Amino acid sequence: MNNIINKNSLIGFLMAGDPDLDTTKNCIISMAQAGAGLVELGIPFSDPIAESTVIQSANIRALKSGTYLNGIFSMIEELRKITDIPVIFHSYINPVFNYGYENFFKMCAQTKVAGIVIPDLPYEEKSEIKEYADKYGVHIISFVVPTSEDRIKQIAKEATGFIYFVPSIGSTSALGDNSREVMSDIELIKQVTDIPIALGFGINTPAQAEYFSKIADGIIIGNAIVKIVEKHGNDSPSYVFDYVKEMKAVLK
Amino acid sequence: MSNTKFGEFGGQYIPEILMGEIKKIESAYEHYKNDETFKKELNDLLNKYANRPSLLYFAKNMTEDLGGAQIYFKREDLNHTGSHKINNVLGQVLLAKYMGKKRVIAETGAGQHGVATATAAALLGLKCEIFMGLEDTVRQSLNVYRMELLGAKVHAVTFGTQTLKDAVNEAMTEWAKRTEDTMYVLGSVMGPHPFPTIVRDFQSVISAEARAQILSETGKLPSVVMACVGGGSNAMGMFYNFINDKDVKLIGCEAAGHGVETEKHAATITKGSVGIFHGMKSIFCQDEHGQIAPVYSISAGLDYPGIGPEHAYLHSIGRANYVPVTDDEAVDAFEYLSKIEGIIPAIESAHAVAYAKKLAPTMKKDEIMIVCLSGRGDKDVAAIAKYRGRIINE
Repeated sequence: MNNIINKNSLIGFLMAGDPDLDTTKNCIISMAQAGAGLVELGIPFSDPIAESTVIQSANIRALKSGTYLNGIFSMIEELRKITDIPVIFHSYINPVFNYGYENFFKMCAQTKVAGIVIPDLPYEEKSEIKEYADKYGVHIISFVVPTSEDRIKQIAKEATGFIYFVPSIGSTSALGDNSREVMSDIELIKQVTDIPIALGFGINTPAQAEYFSKIADGIIIGNAIVKIVEKHGNDSPSYVFDYVKEMKAVLK
Repeated sequence: MSNTKFGEFGGQYIPEILMGEIKKIESAYEHYKNDETFKKELNDLLNKYANRPSLLYFAKNMTEDLGGAQIYFKREDLNHTGSHKINNVLGQVLLAKYMGKKRVIAETGAGQHGVATATAAALLGLKCEIFMGLEDTVRQSLNVYRMELLGAKVHAVTFGTQTLKDAVNEAMTEWAKRTEDTMYVLGSVMGPHPFPTIVRDFQSVISAEARAQILSETGKLPSVVMACVGGGSNAMGMFYNFINDKDVKLIGCEAAGHGVETEKHAATITKGSVGIFHGMKSIFCQDEHGQIAPVYSISAGLDYPGIGPEHAYLHSIGRANYVPVTDDEAVDAFEYLSKIEGIIPAIESAHAVAYAKKLAPTMKKDEIMIVCLSGRGDKDVAAIAKYRGRIINE
């Protein structure tokens, strides 16, 4: 399977259905127009334990608007009439399990969803979905974190699509201090694989994006975009466009 | 790596950020569970601090009143801190200490596990922080103060349903931020492997004692062994050493709240379906989209939308049965046991007493039933008074 990001990719996160699926669709179109390379689309879950409070609240808003997988797939079908921008899902395993793995990955293939990141499905439990993901050619994107330690190589060796690297837990103030550790973990990954690495940990200013784009292939922007949607609701698409365009301008 | 599942249930469905630490706990536990020094220290704590072995008490009045099976209670309510929770926390906090941790965190529903963890941390010299749903801090305010007296910091969790499920979410999130010096002391036979196994092993002292006690007192095994089930730690402890005794029926009593025909219940096995949540594949109360359902029970300790994976397994192979018990039935049993035996049970345990009341009369007089009295009811007195329309100061 091919890699799904390139050097200097901007990956933008959106919670599907926040505040409704129409707005999400228009935000994705805005992101594509502003130069994002990939959209990471959250599937809302009642108990998103591994998220920032910003994204936890987006989960709750999306569930309030009655957003479930069927609606999300229909929205992507509509989206595909307008743009082919690569999309991956970000979902907890339980909604996918309940939808049925066969159905879920079949629908991913049909709507050209290229991959899925699952915060509560570590390497050790990948066999839960691997057979289905492989059958339909959908990447299971692997997380790597600093505490993965000796597991970094093991995970990286089998990873496809790109590696989702989370250097620390949401602390952006200490970016400078962390950069050495970030570099050494990235070196470890690069020893065993050629696939691209994307960094996600609360990057929100062009200066940060520029700095980290030199270290990694892709930059994931989550909280900053979700905050824009939280603030502007249905009017978000134009604000999302402006923001992504500004961030993308430094990635070259 | 050891087997992480019970049949199809269990596993390690947790964020990558916790995997490294979980593996360290797994290997530390595999080592220390066979370590003579560790075993002796734990055994001393159980016997010389926690008041083990607990009594196996013959409930003569209740047996005569119901006119069926001989009813025995395994008196976990007589343990130090007033419930079975101490068995597990002494083991886990000791393990944390052997692993060099300086701080323990825990979730709590009714507050029993929080109190027990705070107690063990105070004794063994570790810092302690407890996560508790805001709603639970209100209905169990006495236990909040108790934890604070013991030197623990209590965090009221305001996200979601503000009960046990959310306390677990918050404790896991906190743990992910700080694993180097911190151990998560899980309160039930749930979560990712190895927790369901660790907690079960530490709680299995209940059935190890009960089995020996009933054999020495009556010369035979019970027909029925019963316990209340939320996450299922006292039940798993009560069942474990009877699992291979095929003629002993194992019954778990789930919280049916206002009734399983309503939406206000926490009857996981009766009403739930297979899912993956809180680190484990098991059975959960959830909607058709896989969203975890808000659950309800008068008992904060049973107010949880899932059940430990080994229970899901015992259910799936037909080795154990799980029955729903409503708030009303549990409150009746709470009052009944107080009056007939002079024992005020925890409202959690009263769910098992309620089913015992139903089942005992249908059994023969030479049959034996053992019910686990998982905790004492002092903490529930004000809430039960309120349920009966009386407001009293705690």
